[in-house]
Formats: sequence, structure tokens, C-alpha cells
Amino acid sequence: MAILVSTTVNGDHVEFACEPNETLLDALRDRVGLTGAKEGCGTGDCGACSVTVDGRLVCSCLVLAAEAEGREVETVEGMADGAELHPLQKKFLEHAALQCGICTPGFLVAAKALLDKNPDPTEEEIRFGLAGNLCRCTGYDKIVRAVQDAAKEMRGA
Amino acid sequence: MPLDASYTGQSFKSVGTRPLRPDGIDKVTGRAKYGADFNMPGQLVGKILRSPHAHAKIKKIDTSKAEKLAGVKAVLTAADLPDLTEGDSGMFDMLDNCMARTKVLYDGHAVAAVAAVDAATAKQALKLIKVEYEILPHVTDVDEAVKPKAPLVNSKCFTEGVEPKPSKPSNIAKVTEFGHGDVDAGFKDADIVIERNFKTEQSHQGYIEPHACVASVSPDGTGELWVCTQGHFIYRNHCAQLLGMDISKLRVTSSEIGGGFGGKTHIWAEPVALALSRKANRPVKLVMTRDEVFRASGPTSATSIDVKIGVKKDGTITAATSELRFASGPYLSIWAELGAMTSFACYDLKNVRTRGYEVLVNRPKSAAYRAPSAPAAAFAVESVVDEIAQKLGMDPVAFRIKNAAKQGTKSSYGPVYGPIGIGPTLEAAKNHPHMSAPLGPNQGRGMACGFWFNFGGQTCTDINVGIDGTVTLTVGTIDVGGARASLALCVAEELGIPYSQVKAVVADTGTLGHNDMTDGSRGTFSSSMAGIFAARNTIQVLKERAAKMWEIPVADVTWEAGHAKAVGSKYGNLAPLSLKEIAAAAPNTGGPVAGHSEIVADGAGVSFATHICDVEVDPETGRSQIVRYTVIQDAGKAVHPAYVEGQFQGGAAQGIGWALNEEYIYGKDGRLQNPGFLDYRIPVCSDLPMIDTQILEIPNPNHPYGVRGVGETSIVPPLAAIANAMSNAFGVRLTHVPMSPPRVLKALEAKA
Repeated sequence: MAILVSTTVNGDHVEFACEPNETLLDALRDRVGLTGAKEGCGTGDCGACSVTVDGRLVCSCLVLAAEAEGREVETVEGMADGAELHPLQKKFLEHAALQCGICTPGFLVAAKALLDKNPDPTEEEIRFGLAGNLCRCTGYDKIVRAVQDAAKEMRGA
Repeated sequence: MPLDASYTGQSFKSVGTRPLRPDGIDKVTGRAKYGADFNMPGQLVGKILRSPHAHAKIKKIDTSKAEKLAGVKAVLTAADLPDLTEGDSGMFDMLDNCMARTKVLYDGHAVAAVAAVDAATAKQALKLIKVEYEILPHVTDVDEAVKPKAPLVNSKCFTEGVEPKPSKPSNIAKVTEFGHGDVDAGFKDADIVIERNFKTEQSHQGYIEPHACVASVSPDGTGELWVCTQGHFIYRNHCAQLLGMDISKLRVTSSEIGGGFGGKTHIWAEPVALALSRKANRPVKLVMTRDEVFRASGPTSATSIDVKIGVKKDGTITAATSELRFASGPYLSIWAELGAMTSFACYDLKNVRTRGYEVLVNRPKSAAYRAPSAPAAAFAVESVVDEIAQKLGMDPVAFRIKNAAKQGTKSSYGPVYGPIGIGPTLEAAKNHPHMSAPLGPNQGRGMACGFWFNFGGQTCTDINVGIDGTVTLTVGTIDVGGARASLALCVAEELGIPYSQVKAVVADTGTLGHNDMTDGSRGTFSSSMAGIFAARNTIQVLKERAAKMWEIPVADVTWEAGHAKAVGSKYGNLAPLSLKEIAAAAPNTGGPVAGHSEIVADGAGVSFATHICDVEVDPETGRSQIVRYTVIQDAGKAVHPAYVEGQFQGGAAQGIGWALNEEYIYGKDGRLQNPGFLDYRIPVCSDLPMIDTQILEIPNPNHPYGVRGVGETSIVPPLAAIANAMSNAFGVRLTHVPMSPPRVLKALEAKA
């Protein structure tokens, strides 16, 4: 029996019917049509499916779609303000902080969640804050630098 | 001379700058479409049933119950695929790996597949397929597999490359040998000889994007395949050939690729998806789970390597040998051969011999992984080189500089080197501040060198000029990490126009000629060369059009800084015509302006790197932490330095993961015990420090801009650099990778 879910995704009211065992990731990708969140593992180990639910960073592969009922879900597709990229998105591009880019949506969502809580993180805090997101291309160097630079810009420093 | 590849020595306006990549916005906003992000109308979900056994005969497969399940549209076994038993063994192996025909050869080997209306139905159908196995003895360890009484992976495997041909089958599929001089005499001349055995465990490329494709085959024999791949033309050829389709009737479109590192140069499930679609007469989407990616795609070889080096007291190497046993999975491959070729490539040796043994084991088919085979070989060789330097009391950098290969050296694998970067990277390491920085408690510093050949290969590009003067560069090499930006920079440079005026795109197989894969660090090297040639051909057309507009002979037109100019003073009043102006007039001067090139890009310059690493080891737990890391590598010419640095850093990080943590762990039952990112742990952000890079530019004489491939070499030195750092810190020599906490602790305890 499908479950009818009424929720908010990136500020838009969204309704969909899902299976009881369906993940939020699958619902976002297959029912809402937002494929920015990726399935890298399906077991919460890689962070490629990172989204926030009511401001809390989660792996959407570990959340049931039905749990989104009445919540506010934010994905990478909601980060930019129209044509204006979020500072993190801009800095990821400027610092060449992505190569293949498959992990990038997850990193951006996780980095935004980190900076929302801690606008002035140390390098160590960034590294531990992003330790739930796997990147196999960059060695993380340019990602950390991009987050540092974005944090600086967002603080107006 | 439009097709002259020689180095021009020119100064650059665009090449060497760091503009934003053309695919960047899509990738930071979630719009970019990867393998699993694409759907076709009416598509089914494909799923594969895999063997739980390491080695077993398939006695019977009963698919009747699965076929009857509502929503199941096709069930497939090897019986539905062409029987290539009597044909080319390489093609047979490729198809057998996609779907086992008579035996399953490793845990995870595909035995059947279904296409159903949704994932739940497909999963349920897999459970209804009954496979009757006769379990056979298995072998997963490379050293066990070469023993005379080891279970045979393939009873028809008689060692190739030895005379006379063996009378009995074995798990050694092939032996290859390289070298020159007289190693026995060389060892007699030596004052010190050191011989050691090393082991490296199997690691996976670990791309974050699992294999994914959508296949659609029509009753008229035409087909479409959307797939994440490093080589869509090769995927097309292989899939069509294996399934008996016409190559040109299968159109393959490459998605954005979420990492490959060699693992997406091989086909895995794509022929299965196509065959399911053909049988069901509907499009089929097939996406591997992470468990499937680990069990049935990818990994590099586990190895066992003997290295012996003899040296004079003055530090001159007199002889060197290596014997390399590389686990190949259940099919013949070339990984030991590449290990044998790369072993001593950094050094100028009078007497050298290397021998590679391709060893069959009951593990997944070994696949290319970034500079395939070189990291394991370098781990063994660079460890012994370091030990010899210690024994001689020589600085390890100075010892390597003394023996380093240089221009004119006959390499250990045959060719004579042109201008190369091993000496310069070592000199740069010697002078790098990292080398003299103070170390903290429980820290050690190590260094090591690495080599990779770099490939060229078949390459085809198109340039099309729009009527507004913007330029589309169409390439057929997959962009794995920013290549579109680099290729657009080269074409902008050659045409003399701004980077912003050029848009690079990757074509599908229906709209461009054949291109080899993005492998062997060839993407930017070969496609930039082809792009430069296509630009030169475009310039020729632009000059002809300008001549027409001016009504003067084309011989009197030159091309400078993006403009046609009339030569000399006889046309004194003619203002130069910009590319934009010529493009606008194109409809009336002969139609579309375009330039093409089809080449075999020869002359890929070899690549060398030197890495420096500081490691801190917790003596109580054996846990290691990299505290500082420096990569110094020759790029020939760094077209987009930010992405060159990224290649250096990413390769180093993969090498560090392999050195310290990553390994396939098999149980006695021959089953893989850690097929997930929790138990197969790749480095996370908090595991690594910043990775410093130094780009050297020793121009490749065989590329107009001096470009060399840069993608692979950086994974080669880390294993040895870290082992050497541990040796310097604690006086223990780790000979088994990964140097995980239990192995380090054991070594520390053995010394105490």
C-alpha cells in the first residue's frame, strides 16, 4: 500500500505516493525528479545523497520517504538563489574543488550545514565536519580550501 | 604543415591559466546527468543474480518460476547470449565475465539476470531463480595459486611465454620478461646485494558512482546505450561484437562519469542490459549496488614481488631483478607484464631483468587501476632502493640522483628515453623546504619515485564555428576531471581567440569518429593534439574565406591572434578580419566553417614523479597518520594547472589509502568479507593533510605545446614513500601493503 506524503522540498510544496520501505533518496530522484542527490552506496557510508531535513544533515538513503511528511527538505538544487550561486558553489568552482563531480552535491549540502552551525571553522573542524562525505578524486585539499574561502566570504571577512 | 606535432616552444595566452570549467555550473547545482540520472520511456529495471561461491560448476539454472512472476519481462542466462567458446579467447573471457557460461569463477560472478517493471519485482524474481552448483576447490591467494597442487581456476590454462610449452595446466597464464645486460655478472660486481619479498593486497578504484546504464535495443537491430564509461567507443565495439550487433547501429552516449580510475575502461553489465532489452523489447536500466561494484567489478591485482638489487660502495647500482606475481582474477590479463615493464623505469641500469607472472585466482577479474601495476612494483623496488641507501649511509635522494635515468638512457623495458623528468623531480625534492622541516615525536620522513608510460592512441575531434564566431570543440575522449576546460584552452590558444568563445563537448558514438578510451593518461594529451590539428585545419578554411572576401590569393593570407591578415604591403588598406567577421560571412563564402582531425596520437611523453611524506605512527595502536605530503611531478606543460594539481593530489590520496587501509579481505570460503565503504575504508577528509604540489614542466617534444599526461603517475610513489617514512621513524621495514594498524603493530613488536 502506497503512502501519500505531503512535504516541502527546497521551499516548494510537494506531494508524492511512495512505498513504505522506499528511501527519501529514491523518492527525491524517482518521484520528485531531483537527481542532484546521488546513491554511492545505499548504506550511509559515502554521503553522496546528503540532504537536510528540517535543517539537520542526513543521508537520504537512510531516511524513509514517508518520514518527510510535514518536514522541510533541502537539496543541492535549492542552494542557489535563482541565477546567483551560493558562495560555496562559487568557491567550489573557483578552487577546482571537483573533478568528476559525483560527490559535489553531497559535499555542498554538508558544507552548508557545517557553516550554518559554525561560520568560522578551523581546518580540523572542516575536515571532521566533512568526514561523512567520500571523494575519490581530489584528495580533499581543494575542497577544504573552497570551504575555508566560502566561510570567509560568508562572514564578510 | 598542419599535422606537425613537434613542440613549438611558443609563449601562451590561454594555456596555463585557470578558467572555470564549462561543465562546472551543472555540477555544483545538481543538474549534471550521471549514469543513473537518465531514464527512457517505458524502461524496465534490470537486476543480476550473482554467485555466492568462489568456484563452482553450474549444473542447472531453473528460471521458470521467475519467468512466471507478474511484471517480469525477461530472464537471461548465458544460454541467451552468443556462445563464443570456439572463438577468440579474449572475447570469450569478456562475455563470460559478464555472464558465467559453465562455471562461476568468483564470489559475485553473474549467473542470471532479469528485467521487470520495478525494482521490487526484479529482486523478487532473482530469488525465484534456482541455480544448482557443484562446488569446486578454490584459490584466492596469489602465492597459493602458483603452488603445484593449487586448485586449477581454468583446466585449459597452459602457461604462455615459456618454451617448451608446459604439458600440464597451471594457474600461471603467461610469463613475460624484460631487461638487458648480464644480471649475474652485475651481482658479482656488487659490494652489497639486497633481496626482499613484498606483498600488496587487492584494492579497488573506489569510484563513488556505481556502474549504471540504460539500454534500448529495437527489433530492427539498432540500439542505444546511455552509460557511465571511460570509453564509449570501446564499449560500443565490445558490446556490439559480443552480442552480434552491427557496430554502427549501436549508439553509445556517455553520461557524466562519477569516477573511473581505470575501472570504467572494462565492460561489466552493459552487454547484459542490452541483451535484456533485446529480449524484453523494452528499454532496461541497470544500476549496480555498491556490493556488486566491489564483488564483481574493478579491483586491481593482489601481488607478490621479489626484488633484488646489487650496488657498489660508491652507490652505483650494478644489477637489478624483479619477479612479479600478479593475481589476474580468473582470466588472462597484462598486469604482471605492466609491473615488469615499470619496475625499474626510473633508473639507468647496465644490467636488469624483470619477469612477470599472470596468475589466475578465484577473485573478480582484475581491472585497470590508475597506472595499473606500477604502484605495487614501485612499492617493492623503491623500498629496496631506500634500504640500500640506508645501508650505504647515503642520502636517499642523492642515491637516486646518482642512478636516475636521463635522456638517452635505455629503459629497463626497452625504449631509449628522450627528455624526462626523473632527475629534475629529484633535484626539486632535494631543494624542497619539506625535506629539511623538523619532525615531531613518532614521526618519520620518506620519499619515493614513480613512473608511468602515458599512452596516445586513436583520437578524432571536430571544430565547428557558429555564425556568431563562437566555436564548438567536439571531442570523443571522456572528461573524467576537467579535460573539457583544458581542451578548450588549447583550441582557443591555437585559434587565437578567448577561452570564453570556445565550448567543448563530448560527442556520442554516432556523431564523431572512433576515439580510444580515456586511459593511460591520454585524454588531454591526445585530444589536445587532435584539437590543435583541427584548429589548424579550421584556420586554413578561415584563411580561404578571408581570401574570398578580399578577392586575393589565399597564399597572401596569414592567421595571427584570431585574425586573418593580408601579407605584405600590396594590400595595405585591408583591415584584418576577425574570426567573428569571417564566420558571419560564411553563408556567402562557401557555407559552414569547420575543421576536423583524425589521428593516432604518437609520442606520449613518459611521466615521472617524486613524493615526500611525513608519517606519524602511534606506537601503542599502530595507527598511522600522514602529517605532511608533497608531490613533485613533470607535467610537460600544465594546460590548466588547477586540474593538474588536482590529479597530483587525488592520485596521492588514493595511494595513501592503499598504503594504509584498503584491502579486499576474503574468508576461507572464498567470499569477499568487506564489500562496502564501511569495511573497505577509503581515506576521508579527516585522514589527510593538505597535499602540496610542485608542477615541473619539461616539454614533451612530441606535442605542439609540450603536454604530457598527468593523471596516473601520482598514485605510484605513495606506498613506498610511506613505508620508507616508517622505516626512518622506527627502523622497521614494512613489506606488506596495506600497512594497517595490526601489521604495523606486529612489526613494531617484532623489533622490540
